[in-house]
Amino acid sequence: MELVLALGIGVFTASGVWLILRPRTFQLVLGLCLMSYAVNLFIYAMGRLRVDAPPLVNSEKVVDAAQYADPLPQALVLTAIVISFAMTALLLVLLIAARGLTGTDHVDGEDEE
Amino acid sequence: MSGSAGHLVVLPILLPLIASAIMLLLDERQRKAKNAISLATHIAMFGVAVMLLAQTVQLGFSGNSATRVYLIGDWAAPYGIVLVADWLSSLMLLLASVLGLASFIYATARWDRAGPRFQALHLLQMMGLNGAFLTGDLFNLFVFFEILLAASYGLMLHGSGTKRVTIGLHYVSINVATSLLFLIGVGLIYGISGTLNMADLATIILGTRGTELTLLQSGFAVLGVAFLIKAGMWPVGFWLPRTYATAVPPAAALFSILSKVGIYALMRVYLLLFTDEGGWPANFGGEWLLYGGIATLIYGTLGVLAARTLSRVAGYCVMISSGTLLGTIGASDGAVLGGALFYLVSSTLGIGAFYLLLELVERRETEASVRTIVEPVFEDEYTGARPAEIADEVRIVIPATIAILGGGFMFCALLLSGLPPLSGFIAKFAIIHGLLNLHETISPAVGLLVALMVISGMATLVATTRAGIDLLWTPSDRPPPPLRLTEAVPIGFLLLVCLGLMVFAGPTMRYMERTGISLQDRQGYVNAVLGADSSTAEPGAAPQ
Repeated sequence: MELVLALGIGVFTASGVWLILRPRTFQLVLGLCLMSYAVNLFIYAMGRLRVDAPPLVNSEKVVDAAQYADPLPQALVLTAIVISFAMTALLLVLLIAARGLTGTDHVDGEDEE
Repeated sequence: MSGSAGHLVVLPILLPLIASAIMLLLDERQRKAKNAISLATHIAMFGVAVMLLAQTVQLGFSGNSATRVYLIGDWAAPYGIVLVADWLSSLMLLLASVLGLASFIYATARWDRAGPRFQALHLLQMMGLNGAFLTGDLFNLFVFFEILLAASYGLMLHGSGTKRVTIGLHYVSINVATSLLFLIGVGLIYGISGTLNMADLATIILGTRGTELTLLQSGFAVLGVAFLIKAGMWPVGFWLPRTYATAVPPAAALFSILSKVGIYALMRVYLLLFTDEGGWPANFGGEWLLYGGIATLIYGTLGVLAARTLSRVAGYCVMISSGTLLGTIGASDGAVLGGALFYLVSSTLGIGAFYLLLELVERRETEASVRTIVEPVFEDEYTGARPAEIADEVRIVIPATIAILGGGFMFCALLLSGLPPLSGFIAKFAIIHGLLNLHETISPAVGLLVALMVISGMATLVATTRAGIDLLWTPSDRPPPPLRLTEAVPIGFLLLVCLGLMVFAGPTMRYMERTGISLQDRQGYVNAVLGADSSTAEPGAAPQ
């Protein structure tokens, strides 16, 4: 499981970095999206991978912390997802505005040729 | 913490949050009501910041710990979220509120009408700044960074236009990518240490060894890169001058503290966490800061000389100021902090005033083109003033407008280039004096840093003088535009504060020195945060 997750994060990051270095605005937005997926998975993995372990403690039973997954990274990821979601929306608006104003989808607002 | 006075710490975050929420309920046509509420909030924030600073001074100089801890929801640290107001936080809060107040008053003259929801964005920007200065854990630092960045995207795009949208696209993308780096750093640190509370981290990381230590240091290095991108260090600061030059002047003035947030975060995190106790490298990343600072200074100096518009000059001044601060922190491991903090305050205010002023100076050239940049984007947007409103405005038409502008311009130029007798000189002198007395022998890098500080001052002087002669001395057949009171007052206010820094340099310097000492006193900070009692008398009454 660790290997699959690590490979997934790696592929997401690599594709994301390649895409944000491309000259078109849509590629840029997609690249940032992929990178934010990678980062979210990464934070999640930082709480260690556990199967069959709930993050919420049932207060009626005797609590043994080892039986539970770390809830903090999950809360952090939730915050990070919301923020990157909002930023992507803003970027999309900017992308359309830039396309409308400059007439090209090049990130610098003008094609080189 | 006792009574309602303890809640003072949370007010700098709550006030702008509530006020900006109210802004959204008001229509764009109720501009006067919006401006009145925002102005009242800004003044209240200024008042709160002054009170917090007074509290710090009162507590600190009477021998107590000046670090006040506010437990949100009354959960004890390190499990709950803490806000920490200490020497450095109080200072930065006051600096932010002074700049916020000035740039807001300036904006009410006309820039608030260049686009929708200016007031709400401005207030949220203040909330993000205040929160970043107060927070006591790394993840909330990230959240407040995002709040201030999200608001700054709005302010950056305020006024719209092709140029702002294209540059804004770059600015937003760079900062979204930076935020991802921030998260990777935070994730690594949490993965190794299991905590994000800075006070808790300071104790826990001392026990890290072996591969864990390597991973933890990588985490801090990635986090540091994120901070340095915000601070505008070479080679990751190329976006800065262009972005700041494109933003509307009041937003640019407020942005001058944005790059200082990165420096604040570096000071807070690095000085608190890295000591020579327990086998940690005492000056982790210090060399990077020193050489990065030197490179930033060189780039900024060349940029200032090459820049052809004043707003670019101001942008490179931000880089010079960042470079000076980074180099000083890196070279001294926090020993010359007094002078560095003095420089931080003086240069931030100076650059803020410069951004506001240069629009007035350049207005003669650009008066006609300003109107055309303004285009409506949203349906409810309301661009341009109604003719009746223009007639209502209080204006003072002084024949000597140019004399006032020229005086202010000269003041700013002296301040930024660090010439006596203004506060910029005192600050640079304190830094250089501190750096030269640091060790028995002066290392070549430190010598280079000192030389570059002096040279960058001269370059700034050359650039501003050249621009000043161009803009102020060249006879123009057009009459000077009327100087509005609401535009002159905030610039005067900022320059007056700088003048105050110079006149009361003794007490100010004492405060800065004390702040430097408090940053070295890691144990004091850790004890204050982790030992903070719940303010209620019932321990364990936390909700399930």
